[in-house]
Amino acid sequence: MITIVDYGMGNLGSIRNMLARIGVPSIISSEAHALSTASAIILPGVGAFDRAMENLDERGLLPVLNDRVLGAKVPVLGICLGMQLFALDSEEGTRPGLGWIDAHVVRFSFPADGVRRRLPHMGWNSVLVRKQSDILDDRYEDSRYYFVHNYHVRCRTTEDILAATEYGGVEFHSAVLKANIMGTQFHPEKSHKYGMRLLSGFARLTAGATG
Amino acid sequence: MIATRVMPCLLLKGQGLVKTVRFSQPKYLGDPRNAVKIFNEREVDELVLLDITATSEKRAPQFKLIEEIVSEAFMPVAYGGGLRTLDDIKRVLSLGVEKAVVCTQAIENPAFVEEAARQFGSSTICVCMDVKRRLLGRYEVFSRSGQRGSGTDPVTFAKRVEALGAGELIVNSIDRDGTMGGYDIELLRSVAAAVDLPVIACGGAGSLKDLAHAVHDAHVSAVAAGSLFVFQGRHRAVLINFPSTLELRQALNQ
Repeated sequence: MITIVDYGMGNLGSIRNMLARIGVPSIISSEAHALSTASAIILPGVGAFDRAMENLDERGLLPVLNDRVLGAKVPVLGICLGMQLFALDSEEGTRPGLGWIDAHVVRFSFPADGVRRRLPHMGWNSVLVRKQSDILDDRYEDSRYYFVHNYHVRCRTTEDILAATEYGGVEFHSAVLKANIMGTQFHPEKSHKYGMRLLSGFARLTAGATG
Repeated sequence: MIATRVMPCLLLKGQGLVKTVRFSQPKYLGDPRNAVKIFNEREVDELVLLDITATSEKRAPQFKLIEEIVSEAFMPVAYGGGLRTLDDIKRVLSLGVEKAVVCTQAIENPAFVEEAARQFGSSTICVCMDVKRRLLGRYEVFSRSGQRGSGTDPVTFAKRVEALGAGELIVNSIDRDGTMGGYDIELLRSVAAAVDLPVIACGGAGSLKDLAHAVHDAHVSAVAAGSLFVFQGRHRAVLINFPSTLELRQALNQ
């Protein structure tokens, strides 16, 4: 059973809808005990970094998340802000992140060439896969993923980078993977069959996990 | 991969899907769930779904119907119509809607946009401005489905909602709605040049050439269309359709 963490940050319905379409059972919960028995966790998130960390803290979810992900090593997928929370910190706020990935979150900083770039980076973009995995590949020429964000993850450890994406002359890390910890800056639940393929891959990892 | 988003703009009236001309004469098209299923199969970039009578009927969004529609859509869906409270927004987001579209409220209660952007994030809040050309060529933003003039010009309004924290702006021409005679390029260009937020063109698209026109000449970030994707031929036979990626790429020269 995949537990989608409800901590008051954004839309969970579409993730549940897509999992249901591919036949993967999931529950949406904000309860620590639901997480303590989860065989896999999806941490979604839309909104501000500090608010998200505060919400996790106030709901008493930080210890159980750390325990499941770092201790029991259940697969976890962070989506959008959810992935950014895996980092050490963010330029968007002052609170520390979960620190699961050796990375910082920074605001888009475009080259000073006079070309106007709009923020947020909103829309479809492609990804360049940097390492082999069961969840993301670039075998499909027309693959595209839906992004909405102002800040992006910058990994400090190259091995953690699963994919990179270019926007406005800036290359950023659009997916991370470190053992059981994975994250995507884009929204698989809003990315048609390409996102469905990613969630299927994640669900398969889940099937192999203990928990 | 095409950089410009192309999105069908679907209008709800009651339980049905309709298409208007200049915001009136709603023509019944069919069941919205079926239409969305087809657009999903065609892998459209995004959908805009607007309940055009929620405000005039002083009622809340049709949550059940929205849920059924969104569960067929694996692309971002922007929903507008009858969103009057933060709780309304929270509820549609929980159903799987990606963006809340605010129209009348953005004019009559600007603080609502600010609060919503703060609570849900700017990228979740999209303002839709309905614009009519007055005598002497002056443009004015209208609320309540084009029924009430605001006295504000589009550029001033766009800058205001950007400052309030809106993440995106649909610029909808009431005069061009349903005419399929092309977008109001002058209007779009002036708004897109005035703000940094992504501007979505709406109202008047009748061909793929019109989409390209808005992208290349008005510099909008995205293009929305109703009639173009629901009608076929001169007699406007109802046919839900969407061009292939290849056709779009050629039309938009991307």
